[in-house]
Amino acid sequence: MTKFLRKCSNFTFIHLRLQSHSTTIDQQEIEQFKKLAKEWWHEFGSNKPLHSMNKLRVPFVRDGLINEGVVHEQNLKTSTPLKNLSILDVGCGGGILSEPLCRLGANVTGIDANPGIIDVAKKHAEKNHLNINYLFSSIEDHSKCHFEKYDSIVASEILEHVTEKEKFLSACSACLKPLGSIFITTINNTALASFLSIFVAETVLELVPKGIHQPDKFIEPYRLQRMLEDCNLKTKVIHGMFYNVFTNNWHLCSNNSVNYCIHAVKIC
Amino acid sequence: MLNNQILNKKGVCLLWKIKGKFHFQRFLSQNIDRHYDIIIAGGGMVGTTLACTLGKNSILKNKKILLLEAGKEKPWTLPEKYNNRVVSVNPGSQKLLSSINAWNFIEKNRVATVKQLQVWEALSDASITFEQPKNNEPISYIVENDLILAAVAEQAQSCPNLEIQYEAKVKNYQLPDFNADITQLKMENGQNFSCNLLLGCDGVNSTVRKCMHANYISWNYGQMGVVATLQLDQQPGFKNDVAWQRFLPNGPVALLPLTDELSSLVWSTTIQQAKELLELPEERFVEQLNKAIGGTFKKSSLVSQAINSFDNLLRALNCPSTNQATAPTICGMETNSRAAFPLGFGHSSQYIGKGVVLVGDAAHRIHPLAGQGVNLGFGDVNCLNEVLTKAVYSGGGLNDLSYLKEYESERQKHNLPMMIAVEGLHRLTTTTLAPIVLLRGLGLQFSNALVPLKKYLISQASI
Ligand SMILES: Cc1cc2nc3c(=O)[nH]c(=O)nc-3n(C[C@H](O)[C@H](O)[C@H](O)COP(=O)(O)OP(=O)(O)OC[C@H]3O[C@@H](n4cnc5c(N)ncnc54)[C@H](O)[C@@H]3O)c2cc1C
Ligand SMILES: C[S@@+](CC[C@H](N)C(=O)[O-])C[C@H]1O[C@@H](n2cnc3c(N)ncnc32)[C@H](O)[C@@H]1O
Repeated sequence: MTKFLRKCSNFTFIHLRLQSHSTTIDQQEIEQFKKLAKEWWHEFGSNKPLHSMNKLRVPFVRDGLINEGVVHEQNLKTSTPLKNLSILDVGCGGGILSEPLCRLGANVTGIDANPGIIDVAKKHAEKNHLNINYLFSSIEDHSKCHFEKYDSIVASEILEHVTEKEKFLSACSACLKPLGSIFITTINNTALASFLSIFVAETVLELVPKGIHQPDKFIEPYRLQRMLEDCNLKTKVIHGMFYNVFTNNWHLCSNNSVNYCIHAVKIC
Repeated sequence: MLNNQILNKKGVCLLWKIKGKFHFQRFLSQNIDRHYDIIIAGGGMVGTTLACTLGKNSILKNKKILLLEAGKEKPWTLPEKYNNRVVSVNPGSQKLLSSINAWNFIEKNRVATVKQLQVWEALSDASITFEQPKNNEPISYIVENDLILAAVAEQAQSCPNLEIQYEAKVKNYQLPDFNADITQLKMENGQNFSCNLLLGCDGVNSTVRKCMHANYISWNYGQMGVVATLQLDQQPGFKNDVAWQRFLPNGPVALLPLTDELSSLVWSTTIQQAKELLELPEERFVEQLNKAIGGTFKKSSLVSQAINSFDNLLRALNCPSTNQATAPTICGMETNSRAAFPLGFGHSSQYIGKGVVLVGDAAHRIHPLAGQGVNLGFGDVNCLNEVLTKAVYSGGGLNDLSYLKEYESERQKHNLPMMIAVEGLHRLTTTTLAPIVLLRGLGLQFSNALVPLKKYLISQASI
């Protein structure tokens, strides 16, 4: 089985190099993230907002799954409510979100288009004795050998780096079991969002590296919702997310004009 | 890098310093006798209650917890005579003790209920009565320290993931530096333990706090609290359910009900007077005490102000004020029940650090005049339990600083105003120093305390 997976990812590697124009991966984006590999796990470094977002997004995923009724009764008030659930973390990066989901008992697979960052993820998980299956792969390749394999998919802070969103989402949907849940966090396509995430966060506060975001790839919730529907994914909830740069805290809010999160379920 | 860190922690890591890096690395990799998720240093009322609360938390069920207490295990038998160390337990703390099933044990033994608090001051005849709005709900409960400890220790025994070691004194702590995540403990008996999270419940002189290099402000009052068990003059039909407190020029004197016949004394006064009071023959002591409770003093507007601020404090605690009542008369005392304890103020501007948390008196020490000391500690326990639950239930590590920070800011928001109010009251009643000076100083400390993590990281970076 593992041999097979390895083959699968080897194949991806070649595939990527040969046909990168036909995948959802934007090579230029991948280059941007490469620079971050070294300090990925630095809690107060360039990935600071991703670290602090865990406090909001892990409960969002956990409670979303509990509300869908897929969490077993006996696991509810334990440290591992997500026991026996399989989760695919698409664009997992160094595993900032994969690790807490694994600690909650889920069987986590993380895929990323950046081999260097996958290495960082593997090393960090090993050091923390967490058993996470990290793979260097694109979602469309992964979907070929993992059709309807996962109880849930998380795609956090990646959609704004993907041009071909329809392709990306339909590959995600293919990997999801019927009635499975997908959780997405991303950035809205508004003037305010561009101003805050590019001018303020990148230029003024230098919170995140320059050039990490391109506003033309940001997407409005209603458009994302429609795309999801086209992939058989029905939206359950949308929340706005507010980031307080001074306290480094994220809060849920009703205004989704900047950051937002979506929970959608695959209909049969 | 590691070695630099060790060399900088002078004294604490003397052994490692002498034997050098090689020894330290061996210590790291081989000499740990056992690893725990959580180690609690100090099994006083707060540490043992914390151990029990965490041990009974279903979300922390798979966490291995160790409680270390330097003192001997004290098997409980109900003594005929009341112990002179008692505390006033507020309803919040009572709820906590109920939630871990320890309150049953206390009720089965002995506990007094306070329905009214009567405060009056020596320099005028003004008095204020405080009682709970809903009549039958007590303001607080008076329980012996030893009984609380026995009750929580009994419950702690029933937690399978909690191990307790008595006569286990920690010699020193090696807190994690930038690279490491593990805290190491060296015991007096040569054993070594390690853990992901160290909870310092080791009291006023906390070694854990010292190892954190926490910024600690403290002063002594030059005062002692004289305690004793007192016999009351019986009026027919007298119900002893009032806690009495009178502000005297040297400090407050408080009578806490134990039974209809007995009350417990906490008399805060100058060290000089405390010594004299301890040496007096018992009848003379009682005489002095009755004078203190019932005698007349010269008036001062300062003290009236103090009463007002006490009123405000109690209003904040939800006890509205009403009118007055008469003070009881003391007719005797239990033989040899007198003792005196030093009083002081202390507050650590950091409650947390990498892999470490301070709880109870280790983090804050308060004047006993409002009977809040252990209650602040129990409040810490409650909050820390919630924060750790949240961290683990959100897939975070036990030592995740972003969660621990919530504990720190929530508790400081609660503890500091209380400490400032009590401190202000104490100063108003005993000194002519303008309380403004104090409030300004502490206010500054408070704003500092809001960014302790930043400060901590800066201090780490500069090593
Ligand atoms: C006169 C007086 C009256 C008071 N009245 C009240 C009142 O009415 N109401 C109230 O709420 N509070 C009152 N207090 C305060 C209250 O007693 C304290 O707040 C409370 O005892 C603090 O509990 P703790 O567990 O934090 O610390 P402690 O009780 O000091 O416990 C610390 C424990 O740590 C152990 N320890 C220390 N170092 C080590 C080590 N290196 N290794 C292993 N173990 C170690 C010690 O043996 C000890 O058991 C009063 C205090 C005084 C002095
Ligand atoms: C901002 S990071 C988010 C990481 C992670 N999800 C988190 O929130 O902690 C975006 C990650 O997505 C990866 N990525 C970008 N485009 C991708 C794509 N088309 N397919 C897979 N991974 C991609 C990048 O390599 C990077 O690691």
